[in-house]
Amino acid sequence: MNTVQRTIRFTLNGEAVSADVPPHWNLVELLQNRFALFGARESCGQGLCGCCTVLVNGTAVTGCLYLAALVDGAEVVTIERAADGDGLDAVQKAFIECGAFQCGFCTPGFILMTRQLLDEKPDPTEDEIRHYLSGNLCRCGAYPEIIEAVRRAARMRKSTS
Amino acid sequence: MRAEEKRGAVGRSVPRLEGKAKVTGRAEYVHNLRLPGMLHGKIFRSTIAHGRIKRIDVTAARAVPGVHRVVTGEDIRAIIPDPHYGPAFHDQPILALDKVRHVGEPVALVLATDPHVAEEAASLIDVQYEALPAVFDEVEAMTSKAVVHEVLRPAGTFPDLKHLQGRKNTNIALDYHLRRGDAAAAFKKADRVFEHTFRTQQVLHVPLEPFVSAAVPGDGTLTIHTASQSPSFVRIEIARLLGWPESKVRVKVPYLGGGFGAKLYIKLEALVAAASLLTGRPVKVSLTMEEQFYTLTKHAATIRIKSGVTKDGRITARECEVWWNGGAYADIGPRITQKSGFTAPGPYDIENVHIDSYALYTNLPPAGALRGFGIPQLVWAYDGHTDMIARELRLDPLEFRRKNLLRDGRPQATGTVMKDAALDKALERVAARLDWGKPFERGSGTVRRGRGIAIGFKAVIAPTTSVAIVNLYADGSCALYSSTVDMGQGSDTAMAQIVAEVLGIRIESITVVHPDTDVTPYDMATLGSRSTYHMGNAVRRAAEDARDKLLALAREVGLSGETTPIAEVFRKKYGMQAGNIIGTGSFIPTYQPTDHDTGQSANVTPFWMIGASGAEVEVDTETGQVKVTRLVNVSDVGTPINPRIVETQLSGASIMQLGFTLSEKMEFSAGQCTNASLAGYRIPGMLDIPASIANEAVDSTEHGGPFGAKGVGESGTFSVSPAIANAIDDAVGVRLTSLPLTAEAVYRALRTKQGSPLKA
Repeated sequence: MNTVQRTIRFTLNGEAVSADVPPHWNLVELLQNRFALFGARESCGQGLCGCCTVLVNGTAVTGCLYLAALVDGAEVVTIERAADGDGLDAVQKAFIECGAFQCGFCTPGFILMTRQLLDEKPDPTEDEIRHYLSGNLCRCGAYPEIIEAVRRAARMRKSTS
Repeated sequence: MRAEEKRGAVGRSVPRLEGKAKVTGRAEYVHNLRLPGMLHGKIFRSTIAHGRIKRIDVTAARAVPGVHRVVTGEDIRAIIPDPHYGPAFHDQPILALDKVRHVGEPVALVLATDPHVAEEAASLIDVQYEALPAVFDEVEAMTSKAVVHEVLRPAGTFPDLKHLQGRKNTNIALDYHLRRGDAAAAFKKADRVFEHTFRTQQVLHVPLEPFVSAAVPGDGTLTIHTASQSPSFVRIEIARLLGWPESKVRVKVPYLGGGFGAKLYIKLEALVAAASLLTGRPVKVSLTMEEQFYTLTKHAATIRIKSGVTKDGRITARECEVWWNGGAYADIGPRITQKSGFTAPGPYDIENVHIDSYALYTNLPPAGALRGFGIPQLVWAYDGHTDMIARELRLDPLEFRRKNLLRDGRPQATGTVMKDAALDKALERVAARLDWGKPFERGSGTVRRGRGIAIGFKAVIAPTTSVAIVNLYADGSCALYSSTVDMGQGSDTAMAQIVAEVLGIRIESITVVHPDTDVTPYDMATLGSRSTYHMGNAVRRAAEDARDKLLALAREVGLSGETTPIAEVFRKKYGMQAGNIIGTGSFIPTYQPTDHDTGQSANVTPFWMIGASGAEVEVDTETGQVKVTRLVNVSDVGTPINPRIVETQLSGASIMQLGFTLSEKMEFSAGQCTNASLAGYRIPGMLDIPASIANEAVDSTEHGGPFGAKGVGESGTFSVSPAIANAIDDAVGVRLTSLPLTAEAVYRALRTKQGSPLKA
């Protein structure tokens, strides 16, 4: 498979970067093979589990189905983007405090989706939380703790804003 | 000792040690691993369920530019003369040899630096088979003319399998029998006799991190990085296959993205080991989600259960016949057949018991341990059966269980006298949390409500060994070396709590060194809820050993070990910040094997796990849709080391079992799994979770456990399925005896009850 690579330029976690990518690579492969970022993970390979969630131009996409070349010129944010201060934002702190993960494999996806949810709806109802996060799967079954963490993060964000 | 630090580390809900690494995406998993010169392997798999391999044509695959090598079973024979592995039987070839025994069995491996190249080339491999008759059903496998293995080859590890050595023309990989009292006579005397047959379906672990292993060849050494729950087993088994000393095989395991029993024993490790030795390069194999469906599953089972009961509701006899569908390779199935088999009559005090439990080979993907080791299948049967009897006798299901419950001091079916098994407390707490004694709103019109309870128990696998090392540094911080694998259950945190408690140091100053067989000592495996008890005891002993040595050192240099900061003791001894104190601890519980003919043992388990559940459901009588509105899980886990983590284990286990109860099922056509993806095989998501889930650990002490603790990983799975089926029966008066409890199954049962059954 000798394929012509294409050079793309984009912003990755706030930094301008460029990379040569084969046309068949997906976004997860780009992040892992060119930037050693492993927080977005391919699991189901069908866009059904949310483990590969990445933000492209501010919107969550499933990295396993998103062609790498398409992020040319885009702003890409992954779980590895550090928050200010001690490096953890309210959502991450709330996930730790509520024990909202076990094996941790799905956790980056849940955290990115929760941030997007709270940006859209700072005070979501339980029903809204469940529907918004229904595209992310957690085989350890930490769902009740995740719901609790989302609510806690919402409170933390309100008290600091 | 150091009073200012002594806040009591055990019994506190401290957050997980690895929390920050996990929420920032930086936790280490094998899937992150990249090695210089690494080849990626892609597996070509069998397309038929049973057949002789006539020819493997790899010419086209080899011709694909970028392919480094194509490996077949015969190639592996060049470096491993007998390339068969397995914990109970040496029955599984690294790549198929002569025969294939299930659809999806690995036949060849393509190696390339680019995984896409390897995948493309693997699709070009052509294999010709001579198809053989296949058997898929576990009961048929008892007498089937289709025989999966020509000859049985027990691994030699388990004494109760030795009698099967060399046996031919059989699919029975173990028959376990238990005889207590005189069941036949008791059935004759009984006022009523009830008999039912239950079935469970084949399901899958679905860890979100699929199987992944990598091997790096060295100078007469081999390093294996693997997502494994059993690093010590991997080392010993790979060393056996290669004929090498243990010391030349190093196995390293970082965090696991879920395991649930799938990532035990040998999965990809022997394959990457062989491929790396054949090529002299690092080899990594990462499975896709689809490939997990061909690798390891949970046993489907058929369970016939019969009870003799007196007029006033005492169970006097119980007979159980259990057939476990082990698939094409035994994996740990024969252990399940025995270890779980002896609990088949349930946690009831029954004088006359007769159990036959059979491990069967079939031409389906292999089955092994999955969060409960066979127990959820058995509880599904016995606590459905128990409920059906109670309803038939018009007795309250709670009262009927109370009357027959096995209590501490009474012998279980094996003869082992029950101790530290809070069955009564668990049952009572479920009933209390469901307000069982109060009137219940039963719904109206097309939505009917019901509630159900169930209770199950499990003996931990025995006897097994754990070894731990505590390394106390000169500044008073410390490292714990343990081969327990943290796959999400929080063992790193719990073990650190035990060390902190014994040494009186802060948890944050302890580093838990992840399994690395060159560094961390032997542990049987992370399975069967055994770590808290076995490794917990070993860790406690190691920490106590370090503490005793520290006290001795303090005495030697004329200080009080009780009050002097640890760093000062070291400084006084060595004149600077230098030195170590190494504490070691090992643990193996006492055990008596079950008798071959009667299944009896005076000491069959170091501890009992108890899991009870209660469910409230709404059933839509027009669609058969079942909505679980409330789920209560109560367990006896001894005294929790970390109450919060214990609660999440109970909750998570029950949610997993909810999937096995309501939606999950591997569908097969001629042995081919037809729904091998998360699109076709639905695991629970956010919207499938009951509005109310409550979890509770009853007040209890396990006297043999570290600080009164025992295992918890599986208990939440035991009773969910029968509790829901019992609730459906309560709501609409239909009884389902096969899992899963889909809307279609419920609706069909409703129509049958109404006298207008649907066509098949």
